[in-house]
Amino acid sequence: MTLLTAFARAEAAAAGRAQRIRTVRHVHLSRRPLVVIPLQLAGEACAPLAVMLGDDPDKPRTLTVYEPRDRARRFEFAADLAEVILGHLDGYLPPDDPDVHAGTPTQGAPAQGAPAQGAPTQGAPTPGAPIQGAPALEPLPDAPQLLVPNPNAAAFLRLLGRSTRLRRTDGEHAVRPTVPLLGRWLTHYGERAEVPGSALLLAMTTALAEHWATGQSDLEDANLAALLGWVDPPDGLTGQQAARLAEDPVRCPPAGPVTDPTFDNEVLEGRMAAIRDATEAGDGPALARAQAAMDAALHSQLAPTWDLMWRAHALLAELPEAAHAQRRWKDDRRSFTAQAAWLREGGAPQPRRDSAVAAAKRLARLEREQQRLAVERAHDDPLVMAEYRLTGEAFAGTVVDADLTRLDTDGKKPKLRPWLIVQTTDAVIVEPDAVLANPAFPGQAAKVIEVADASREPGRTLVTLELSGGMGRALTAPPGSTPARGDAVTYTTLRDDFQPAPQFPSREETPWTHGGPPPEYVPTDDDAQEAWS
Amino acid sequence: MSIAEAAERARHATMSILADLATTEQGVVVDSPPGAGKSTLVVGAATELAKNGERVMIVGQTNEQVDDLIDRLATGSPGTAIGRLSAAAYTPSERVAGHQNVAARSSVADLAEHPVVVATAAKWATVREAERPWPWAIVDEAYQMRSDALLRVARLFDKALFVGDPGQLDPFSTVETERWLGLNWDPMSSAVAVLLTNNGHIPVHTLPVSWRLPASAATVVSEAFYPFTGFAAATEAGDRAMTWNTRPFGKTSFDLALETAATTGWALLELGHRHTLPTDAEAIAACAGLAARLLQRGAVTISERSPDPLPVTADRIAIGVTRTVQTAAVKRALRELGVTNVVADTANRLQGREFDVTIMLHPLSGRRDATAFHLEAGRLCVLASRHRHACIVVARAGIPELLDAHPSAEPVHLGVPVKFPDGWEAHQAFMAHLARHRVCAA
Amino acid sequence: MTARQPGAGLQTGLDRLRGRALPKNHDARTISALAANPGCARRALMDAAGVDKQRVAAHVGFAAQFGQSRFAIVRGNAFEAQVKENGAAQLLILLRDLLDLDVSEVGYADFNDVGGNSSAELRHLHTRHVLTAPDQPGRTLLDHPLLRLRVGGRHAYLEPDLIALRLDGTFHVIEVKSFAVIDGQADPGKVAAAAIQSAVYVRALRDLVTEAGGDPAAVSHKTILVAPRDFSSQPTAASLDVRRQLGVLDRQLSRIASIETLLARYPGTLTFDLDPDAQGRPRRPAAELAAAIGQVAASYAPECLATCELCFLCRDEAGGTTGALGKPVREDLGGIEYIAQARSLARGQVPAPEQAEIAAQLLRAAQLRAQVLGEAV
Repeated sequence: MTLLTAFARAEAAAAGRAQRIRTVRHVHLSRRPLVVIPLQLAGEACAPLAVMLGDDPDKPRTLTVYEPRDRARRFEFAADLAEVILGHLDGYLPPDDPDVHAGTPTQGAPAQGAPAQGAPTQGAPTPGAPIQGAPALEPLPDAPQLLVPNPNAAAFLRLLGRSTRLRRTDGEHAVRPTVPLLGRWLTHYGERAEVPGSALLLAMTTALAEHWATGQSDLEDANLAALLGWVDPPDGLTGQQAARLAEDPVRCPPAGPVTDPTFDNEVLEGRMAAIRDATEAGDGPALARAQAAMDAALHSQLAPTWDLMWRAHALLAELPEAAHAQRRWKDDRRSFTAQAAWLREGGAPQPRRDSAVAAAKRLARLEREQQRLAVERAHDDPLVMAEYRLTGEAFAGTVVDADLTRLDTDGKKPKLRPWLIVQTTDAVIVEPDAVLANPAFPGQAAKVIEVADASREPGRTLVTLELSGGMGRALTAPPGSTPARGDAVTYTTLRDDFQPAPQFPSREETPWTHGGPPPEYVPTDDDAQEAWS
Repeated sequence: MSIAEAAERARHATMSILADLATTEQGVVVDSPPGAGKSTLVVGAATELAKNGERVMIVGQTNEQVDDLIDRLATGSPGTAIGRLSAAAYTPSERVAGHQNVAARSSVADLAEHPVVVATAAKWATVREAERPWPWAIVDEAYQMRSDALLRVARLFDKALFVGDPGQLDPFSTVETERWLGLNWDPMSSAVAVLLTNNGHIPVHTLPVSWRLPASAATVVSEAFYPFTGFAAATEAGDRAMTWNTRPFGKTSFDLALETAATTGWALLELGHRHTLPTDAEAIAACAGLAARLLQRGAVTISERSPDPLPVTADRIAIGVTRTVQTAAVKRALRELGVTNVVADTANRLQGREFDVTIMLHPLSGRRDATAFHLEAGRLCVLASRHRHACIVVARAGIPELLDAHPSAEPVHLGVPVKFPDGWEAHQAFMAHLARHRVCAA
Repeated sequence: MTARQPGAGLQTGLDRLRGRALPKNHDARTISALAANPGCARRALMDAAGVDKQRVAAHVGFAAQFGQSRFAIVRGNAFEAQVKENGAAQLLILLRDLLDLDVSEVGYADFNDVGGNSSAELRHLHTRHVLTAPDQPGRTLLDHPLLRLRVGGRHAYLEPDLIALRLDGTFHVIEVKSFAVIDGQADPGKVAAAAIQSAVYVRALRDLVTEAGGDPAAVSHKTILVAPRDFSSQPTAASLDVRRQLGVLDRQLSRIASIETLLARYPGTLTFDLDPDAQGRPRRPAAELAAAIGQVAASYAPECLATCELCFLCRDEAGGTTGALGKPVREDLGGIEYIAQARSLARGQVPAPEQAEIAAQLLRAAQLRAQVLGEAV
């Protein structure tokens, strides 16, 4: 939360509609995303109740679990869900890639890699991440994007992935082969969603709230219907009026995965009881009727959210895309491609918990991506840069003087170190010796030499900068490689310092400080027959 | 206790540590409360090991800390060849360059003949596996080191001495790290926490005495921030004093605060109750103004360090804040008052440093609500434990009420040991203590 | 830590505040929720008096939805029953692993068997007698003991679904919950709730032991959480250290005990009585009730929406304040209470001296937005 965003919320409250806090869309948006809206049964760890999904706003598909507490029914549901989702994923894989998805999981793969009791790690590199030493994979031209209503729905999918990816396809508790495959893909998408800047699995409330400030609190923004009520109020209603209506679970069923308790108690319980009774009585027609009734009830809870999802998608699509959104989407595509390759090669499923080395590597990667995202967002979007200008960590101004041929003769060889003097009305809190960057000149560093108040003009500051890099090796700068006198420029402390990826020991080299190398995974029957009850 | 007794206690503890070092298979952890002689221990241990012909690598967390260590090592052990391993672009700071027995190089191979090599953790992590491992490492500020940083350097040594202050700031990250909570090798935990979780047999020693904190501060800081181990001041109330070279000019609130601080070791300059931005101009001006006034009044200190009174110079005064925007504002305020060389920085960057007098802008001053960040005990501990003579806190009224109204809806994670002290409790205890030294701003 | 014992005057005062309705019974869950907003006088008074906030809110037109799905309740009961069946066989196996306990030596005592008369008072006395009698076996699982805790002027009898373990003189509270522990991790909010509920039982057990003349430290601050493991209904056990939660609870109970000072600020005629008729329908004019509520200041924040039945009422009152936009927003707008005020300052209204900084920032913020959005169009 920044002052600029806080102010935007105040404006939104008064205006009766949400205010833009971004000028561009910082996430890639697929034209044909797979919208997935899961509902779960209250009280259980991961009991899917129903899912509405599809990539065509006019053709939602609903899968229902008539007895969500029955283990066998859950796995049937998982297989049905797998067919739809894996079918969608298929569309993005090259046609000559035979068995990366549903149908023929690679032999022996599913049960391997699930960690033994008490040894929560497994003996293979992080799935989906490039294998060290292997040539870098060319990312596929496009990748499937999953859209869910909110972060809880994403977490539910991740949990669903966890509960299915370690299942065996043979033996006593066998499941259809597509089930663990679905699990691994859901887990992959769930893990990828934690990477800053990733758009592979998007929660719409998060995506919308990043671009608009409503006139309510961020806690209330977690309700997709209320959030959309502010971003796109219906005619004749203010954002607040629309949001209040949206809070009524009868008018606006919750987006899930948690269902409305009143719906559970007054509708769902009855429908499920009817199904149970009809099943026990062996009454075919009654069962069909009861199932239809439950379908209808769940459809009533899902359909409104379905419409909201596509509205949200349309609203986001209207925004122009940020310059670096594609760079990040390319990383997403790479991740999708690598996971497909991993599966093709019989790689093991993701372990339950990270090993010491895997954890450290992942943390390093997340921090790196966070840093890149922060820099790219500010560079792509003047409203984001404005946040930094407000605190003084960035300033925009005009070059009032420039010495583009200045040389630094201190060292053994003279170096080209042009000086600029930038005049700005922004607050400046940077100190001499700080190194700044100019988004228009990536790769060029600007060291602060001096910050002084402009003597004849109050409210204006003069910043003297010494430039290095991005000018070639000669002692004169090629024209256009630096800002020139009269140019409008922006300088910020946000820099990509292009640090090389840190080195980590291999898993076998995990040091004694961290418990030594983790034991190799030996599959046990327990993992595969984990009672899902 | 007398200084002689304190020295004896410290010596005893050090002997015990060195004894364990001599027999250990893997390592020793030493908890060092503020000013307890951590650097002295590091220097002592390094010298001892080098004298016995053992090669030692020393891991610091920042370049600044590394240079400080080298300065002390080189001074304490002029006969030992010390290597400073650094990035190729690094130019040695003055205090390092001044020592004949220190060589700065960017490759470990060039320092093969140096028995003691010092570098930051980040630099050590880039050293190639092929070189023979060091039999010994000393890891400085091990509680501020993240365990993933330790993971990257542990392969370089066989045994290690880990030294650090458990009461100061925990490592942090800007990304979500909940997924690793409860794991024995949580990369976000401190290096010491992970080390001890996986190697429970490693002995943990505590340095028992603070040489820095005056008697007026040691009990307060020890009880609030070190609830289980605790420590005592090396000096007694009479061993130190702060007086003035000038007669009092007037009875402004600044003067009253300074006098309270000089007499009791503490002062709370309380501004009117208001909710403000972090860059609360009045509070920032008060911090800068107190520093300026302190210098203007010509503060001098008497301590066990010197028989003569020593003036408090600007570089021995620090203003501690919470956020970098506040640092910038304080520096500007100091410039406007024509004051130079007074140190102004955030708690993060003041960790491990020492001053004669500190002025603190209370983390909760002017706030409407407390957050986990502002309540963190380590932050307050750092700000309250940098001084040898006095600490003056600038705060707007209303902090106890803010604390009382704070809803305690902290999440609880399985498998994560509960950390003490609780930030809320530490803040309450500290405010209760400060209330006794309150000076209301006019 | 003994809370102040409030006088009889307090009790009458709170009764008058509540009106004719019976005070809402407290259980561990509601007691633990008391600390959700210590700075709110309205909630403090209502909770101390045992007012049914849900009914009050509904009557003034701001009904809140705080229902619970029956599926969750059924599942929770089923899991607990499973853990406790056969003399808590599953539980004992877990405890063996967690506490290194020899299962064969642990007995099982069910306090529900009081023999006929089951008034809360008597059951509590029976519990106390049995728990603290000197000749009890060293290792027993204690099921359904009835504990009580002094909340405000009254004793709250804590619902007897608690199990405790007596292990050689030390008591360990055991909390059975039905949210899952997956790969060693569980929802931190739910674990926090379980921790503070366990702390309520620890406090109540300690009070009981003290009343019987024993050492309260005999009740360990290390409690045991039993929950389903991964996706099954097999239980797993985890240790919880509830020292912090005990501190929070004690502070909250102490605040409630000193509610007299707060109550004294209001006229003796103030009441939240609904004046129900024979069928229980409120007769009190809604506007009058609303006015009464309005006399006691609330401390609304969006966090209230998840924790307090009055939330919609207080949110409505807080409309137009920066607080309604959230605590971080209110903090960022450093000292500005009202949205309208923030907007005027951003448009150049001359600020009061103490608002100079935030006014300058708001002005700048507005300029920057206008500049950028103007350019973007």
